[in-house]
Parts: sequence; structure tokens; C-alpha cells
Amino acid sequence: MAQSPLRLHEKSRSSLPIEYSTPENDLRIVGFWIFLAAELVLFGTLFATYLVLQSHTAGGPAPKDLFEVGPVMIETIVLLVSSFTCGLSTIELRRHNKKGLIFWLIVTVLLGLVFIGFEVNEFYTYAAHEGATLSSSAFLSGFFVLLGTHGCHVSLGIIWITGLIIQIAKRGVTPVTARKAFIVGLYWHFLDVVWIFIYTAVYLTGWVM
Amino acid sequence: MMDSFIHFLLHRFFVTGDPMIYGADASIALASIGIVVVVTYLKKWKWLWKEWLTSVDHKKIGIMYIIAALLMLFRGGVDALMMRTQLALPNMHFLTSEHYNQVFTTHGTIMIIFVAMPFIFGLMNIAVPLQIGARDVAFPFLNALSFWLFFFGAMLFNISFVIGGSPDAGWSSYAPYAELSMNPGVGQNYYLVGVQIAGIGSLASGINFLVTILKMRAPGMTLFKMPMFTWSILITSVIIIFAFPAFTVALALMSIDRLFGAHFFTIASGGSPMLWANLFWFWGHPEVYIVLLPVFGVFSEVIATFSHKTLFGYAVMVWSMVAISIIGFVTWLHHFFTMGNTAEVNAFFSISTAIIAIPTGVKIFNWLFTMNKGRIEFSTAMLWALAFIPNFTIGGVTGVMLALAPADYQYHNSYFLVAHFHSVLIAGPVFGIFCGLYYWWPKMFGYMLNERQGKLAFWVFMISFNICFMPMYIVGLLGMTRRMYTYPAGMGWTPFNFIETIGAFGMGAGFLIIAYNIVWSTLKGKRDTTGDPWNGRTLEWSIPSPAPEYNFATIPTVSARDAFAVAKTQEDQENKKERQLFQPIHMPNNSGIPIIMSLFMFIAGFGLVWEWYWMVIPGAIGIVVCMIVRSFQYNDHHIISIEEIERTERAAGRLS
Ligand code: HEM
Ligand SMILES: [Cu+2]
Repeated sequence: MAQSPLRLHEKSRSSLPIEYSTPENDLRIVGFWIFLAAELVLFGTLFATYLVLQSHTAGGPAPKDLFEVGPVMIETIVLLVSSFTCGLSTIELRRHNKKGLIFWLIVTVLLGLVFIGFEVNEFYTYAAHEGATLSSSAFLSGFFVLLGTHGCHVSLGIIWITGLIIQIAKRGVTPVTARKAFIVGLYWHFLDVVWIFIYTAVYLTGWVM
Repeated sequence: MMDSFIHFLLHRFFVTGDPMIYGADASIALASIGIVVVVTYLKKWKWLWKEWLTSVDHKKIGIMYIIAALLMLFRGGVDALMMRTQLALPNMHFLTSEHYNQVFTTHGTIMIIFVAMPFIFGLMNIAVPLQIGARDVAFPFLNALSFWLFFFGAMLFNISFVIGGSPDAGWSSYAPYAELSMNPGVGQNYYLVGVQIAGIGSLASGINFLVTILKMRAPGMTLFKMPMFTWSILITSVIIIFAFPAFTVALALMSIDRLFGAHFFTIASGGSPMLWANLFWFWGHPEVYIVLLPVFGVFSEVIATFSHKTLFGYAVMVWSMVAISIIGFVTWLHHFFTMGNTAEVNAFFSISTAIIAIPTGVKIFNWLFTMNKGRIEFSTAMLWALAFIPNFTIGGVTGVMLALAPADYQYHNSYFLVAHFHSVLIAGPVFGIFCGLYYWWPKMFGYMLNERQGKLAFWVFMISFNICFMPMYIVGLLGMTRRMYTYPAGMGWTPFNFIETIGAFGMGAGFLIIAYNIVWSTLKGKRDTTGDPWNGRTLEWSIPSPAPEYNFATIPTVSARDAFAVAKTQEDQENKKERQLFQPIHMPNNSGIPIIMSLFMFIAGFGLVWEWYWMVIPGAIGIVVCMIVRSFQYNDHHIISIEEIERTERAAGRLS
């Protein structure tokens, strides 16, 4: 066996799940966790900005004039379910079941698309019917940029998972594809967690205030 | 149509009307043509592409960082000399007020983001994997991407002064002045986009080095057996990871304000200019520790090596850096004590700032105790380290003076402040970078920098530094404020300013001697045939200079701190030549994607600066395509055979 440039003093990895089965995979997964820590600060800053500016409506629409319960609940449920199906894909991954893995990833992508569809529609409604745009007030700037950043992340995740599905279809469940599927799963769950904070800090406080 | 295009070129695109800018245009054009001609003449394009531009080797990336940083230091230094020339005497007309604003903005931004940062990244790329006995960083491809993002971010920022006009809102870009209503034109966009691109690269480096240090240490090297420089980079990486995303957001929000009409930091429609100040300094204060802690690490290595003793108070050194990194996140408000906070808030930040002096002072004493009873060798690197201690302490003490909120109403935004932050930024990062360069140069290139020239440069630079900045403390207390483009006669400021300018040119001379020293030593410098020219203590000195592609032919096993110093006392190095059992080594392949992807970033960025969406879109598509291509690449490693390792080691005299 050739030496990896990465780590030499490896304990046996045979007892570990497939995504951890090589030292390089281990490195990348740790690296991704740390990346998520940075993402946490990024979203944290956006939340702080939003909360500071929430009341700065400058005579324009305020949160409670705008937010509707129905579409928001649908978005929330769809995204939570997609996180669940993403978790199911990880279970299939550990069973080395290529078909099951691909199936649940496809379901996850479709749910992601539904979420994005509702979100775009929500933004469109605010802009077209309520005249609430990015430039209406500081509150709306904060709202659109916080949710837009989350939405962009979800969209990127959709492209990413789609590319991964193609790779898994071509190569099967190998240590490399397994690692990629696992990492994209971490990313997806993270976005779900961010959404829960959005639901609380943006919508719930918006309705209550 | 054609007329209006030409009008646009002459009146908005190219900066016109100033002879100095024409001079810059001409020298940029000449330098670019010169480089192309020389490389073509020597038939080196292929070599350049294969060996450097596409390299993922941490040692080469480190060297490229340092070359780029030296060039940027030259630009930032010229900016500084222009300001000092303008201020040498009262009522000068060398620069106009607008021009002066641009020059201090580009000077500050370049010195921090495009000089101090890349120098630090350069040194950590070169030294960290070697110090921990690793063959590369955790993510070599990402490492190359970080470098090229920094490089193209720097290029984008730098072209502003000939294409479109420079930013002029200061390196801190306070809103609302930096917003569109008061600052139309593309200058501020260059700042926002250029710094953003470089910042993404910095964040990636932080993640990369944290994983490298946590996961790739040689067997036996526990965290508390790591060299102190590696410790400093570990902690710095954590700071980067928690500070940079806030800056990413701040820059993005101001960009959205300016490009898409949002109201984050505007005065109109409920925006909050103070929010910018908070976000900026929430990153900005930790940023000064990002450029400072690594050089603390450099000084620790150098002082221990040239005192021929182990570092005094190792654990205390580590914990004081940890303390600095944590407290560093709760001091940001000291940058705007005077901007309308309550007394309670000011008191909190005043105290937290003053407290940071404690762990810093502890470190100073540890360095002094390391030298105590040591056999001190006054090499050039050691001189920089020794000079750091008193000069930096002056900056630290005046920092505590500034930290006292009520007194800060007097000092705020005066030349006292300018003197303070140059005392810490020059005696810290700049001295530390020169110190690290002289120390690790043989490891980077296989030859030594000439010590006599090095010492001359040191004395010229260090004395001039004091001539330049000491009078600023006084003139600041005499009432001269920061960012003034000229001043009347009869204020009592003239002699001080004149002396400062002399000092500034002296520092320029010191820099030129260093540049001369580099060129001279490249041609005639002494070879480092041993790999251990300083009788070093850490693992990087155990391998040949320059290090082979794979660094360590066999990975060392570590049992104590100062691993190499211990190894040298324990065993006969000759024996080791026999015992080495090589195995084939996996190494990552070179890749053109990092430079190409960063070039697309540059294109998209340039489009954003000018709001040319026809240019942004292809740039953005290019970035995404690069990512997809990379994701579909599976075969990205090659293997170095045993025979090749033997050949390399034999050539380096490591194998009989
Ligand atoms: C050759 C040495 C240097 C000289 C002579 C010099 C001189 C100056 C001068 C004259 C100013 C403008 C003061 C004003 O008008 O308010 C300035 C600002 C500044 N300098 Fe330097 N400097 C030097 C090196 C550095 C270095 C090495 C750094 C950082 C690593 C640095 C960071 C800054 C910053 C951040 C500002 C503030 C810019 C702003 O107001 O936005 N300088 N410097
Ligand atoms: Cu600060």
C-alpha cells in the first residue's frame, strides 16, 4: 500500500462507516464541519443585522403586515421533510445501497425545489402586491438578504446534490462518493437548522410583535 | 456612438489628468511588456505554468505569497512616501485633498489586507507542514485556490487607481460616507469587491490550516509538543474562522446597498451607519491579532533558536495566546468610544481592552526569560526579534492609554493614534515578517541571505522607524488630526512633520537594502548544504534545504518538544542514513483550476465594480463550471516511487 501524504499512523479503519473509511475522507469531513462553523458566524451576522433593523420600517410595511402563516408553514414543513429524506439517504449509504441512496437524494432535491418555488413566490408576492422590495426599508433589506442567502444556499445544494447523483449513478457507492454524499447531507441539515432560526427570529417574532 | 464610447474611456474608465497617474500607466505597461518579453525570450512559459502557476505544493505557494506581498509592500510604501512628502512642510500642493484621501485609503487597505496577510500566509505555508512533519497541508488544492483568490483580489483592488479611480473612504470605509449617495463612482466598489475576493481566500486558508494542524501532525507530536509557531497559527486559524465571515457579510451588505439600492448602512429609509462600524470592527480588531499572533510565533522560534535554549514558559505562552484570541473578540468598540455609546458600554470595552495587555505582557516577559542565561547569537533574524520587544512595547503602552475611554476623547483620530497603530503594526508584523524571512529563507531557497547587508538594512529600517513615528506621538498631542491632507504654518507642527518625512524615506532606504540583499544573495549567497544552518530546534531543520517535494522521506516520530534539538543530542545522524526504509508516496496533482477559477472571479468582480452584468454573468458561469469540473475529477493524485525518493535523498546527501 502506498503511503498517503496525509496521515500515516492510522488505526484500523475497517470498523468505521464507509464515509470515514480512508484518512483523506476523515480530513475532509472534519474540514467541512469547520466550514459549517464559519457558516454559522456568517448567518449569525445576518441574524444580528436583521434583528437590529427589524423595527426600522421607515413607514413601509412591518413584519406583521407582510408575513402570511400558510405559505411559511408549507415552506417549513417541506424543508423539514427534506432533511428527513436526506437522513434516510445516509442510512441507505451505510447499507451500501446505491438505488436507495439515489432515490432518497432525488426526493430531497425535489422537496428542495418545492421549497425554493414557494420562497420565490413569497418574495414575488411581497414585491408585486405589497410593494415591499429590497430598497423599501432597512427592515426589508435585512429580510430579503437573510432569506435570500439561505435560499441561495439551498439552490446551491440542489445543484450540488444533482451533480452527486450523477457521480453515484456512474461510480456506485465508493469511499469517495460516500464521503461526498455524507458531506452534502451535513450541509443540507445545517440549512434546515438555519431555517428553524429564521422561522423563530423572523416569522414568529414578526407575527407576535 | 463611437464618440460617447471614447468619452467614456477618457472621462470615466481611465483615470486622466494627473501626470503621476500617467507615469504609473507607463510603468505598468512597461513592466507587463517586460515580463512577457523576458519569459517568452527565455522560453519559460511552460515552466512557469507547470512548476508555479498550477502548483499545489505548499512550499511554492508560500513563495508566491511572499513575492506578491513584497510587491504590494512596495506599492503600499510608495503610497506612504507620497503622503509623507505631502506633509513634509505646511501648505504643500504635491497631492490634492481628493488624491490624499485615495492614497491613505489604498495605503491602509493594501498594508493590512495585501501585505501583512499574505506575508503571514506565506510564512505559515512554508513552515507549518514542515514543523509538524507533514507532507502537505490538508487540502492542497484549496490552498492554491486561496492564493489565487488573494492574488486576483489584490489585482482588482490595485487597478482602481488607473482604471476608474481609487476608493477614498479610508481603510475602514465608514458609512454613510462610503455609501452611494456621498461616494458615487466605482472607487468604493473596487474596495468592496477586491477585499471580498481576497477575504474568501483567507477564510479558506484558516480552515485548511486548522485541519492540517489538528489532523496531520507526525506520530507522537501531541498538541503541547508542537512548535510555538505552529501553535500561533492554530490559534490564528480559529480567529480567522470566527472573524472573517462577519467581514464577508459586512462587505456584501454594503455592496448590496451600493449596487442594488438596499438600505443597510444608509441614512435614508432606516439604515444604520453605526451597524457598519460595529460589523467592520467586529472583524477588524480580531484582524490585528490575525496578523500579530503569527509573528509572536516567529519571534518565539527565533529567540529560542538564537539563545540556544528551549522557550521559557511554553504552556503559559500558549494559554496567553488563547486568552488574547478570546478577549480580542470583545474589544471592538474601542474604535469608536467617541461615537455616542453609553458610559457603561464604554466602560466595559475600556476594561476588556486594557485586560489584553496582561497576556501580552506575560509573553514579553517569557521572551526575556528565554534569553536569560542563554548564549545569544546576534544574527539578522535575532536582531529583528530583539528590536521587536521594546518597539512593540511602546505601541502596547500607548494602546493602553487609548483604551481609557475618557482619555480617548483627547487622543481619538489624532496623530497619536496613527503613531500607536504603526508602532504595533510595524514593530509587530513587519519586523516579524522580516525576521521570519531571514530565518526561513535558507529552507525556502537553499541559500542564505547575506548577514552583513541584512544587519545594515535592519539598523537603517529600525532607526528610521523611530525617527518617523516617535514625533507623531508628540504632534498628535499637539492637536494634529489624522487624515489631514495639509496643515497651516505656525501650529508648531512643522519640525516634527519634517523629521517624520526624513524617517519615512529612511525606512524606504531600509526596504531597498533588503531588496538588494535578496538579489545579491540569489546570485552570490552562501549555499545551505546542511539543511540546518542555525542549529535549529524544530523538524523543518531536519530535512534538506530546499525541502524536497514530499518534505519527509520517512515521517519522523516525535517524543518531546523541540523535536529536532532532542534528536540531535540523542543519536548519531550518520546512523540514520542506513535505517531509512522508504515507501512510495502519494502526492496531489497540480491543477490549473485554482488560477482559472480565480480569474473568473476577477472577471465577475470587475463586472460588478462597473455594474456590467454582461460581464458578471459569464464570470459567474465560469466559476460554477470550474467547481463542477473539479467535482467530477477523481484521479487527482500521483505516486512518487521508492527509486525516485532514493535518488532525491542521495542528491541531497541524505543517503550514502
Ligand atoms: C514605511 C512605513 C510607513 C509609513 C511612513 C506610513 C505612513 C502612514 C501615513 C502618513 C498614514 C496616513 C495618516 C493620516 O493621514 O491619517 C498612514 C496610515 C495608515 N497606515 Fe501607514 N505607514 C507605513 C507603514 C504601514 C504599515 C506596515 C501598515 C500595516 C501593516 C500601515 C497601516 C496603516 C493604516 C491601517 C493606516 C490608516 C489608513 C486610514 O486612515 O484609513 N502603515 N500610514
Ligand atoms: Cu481594536
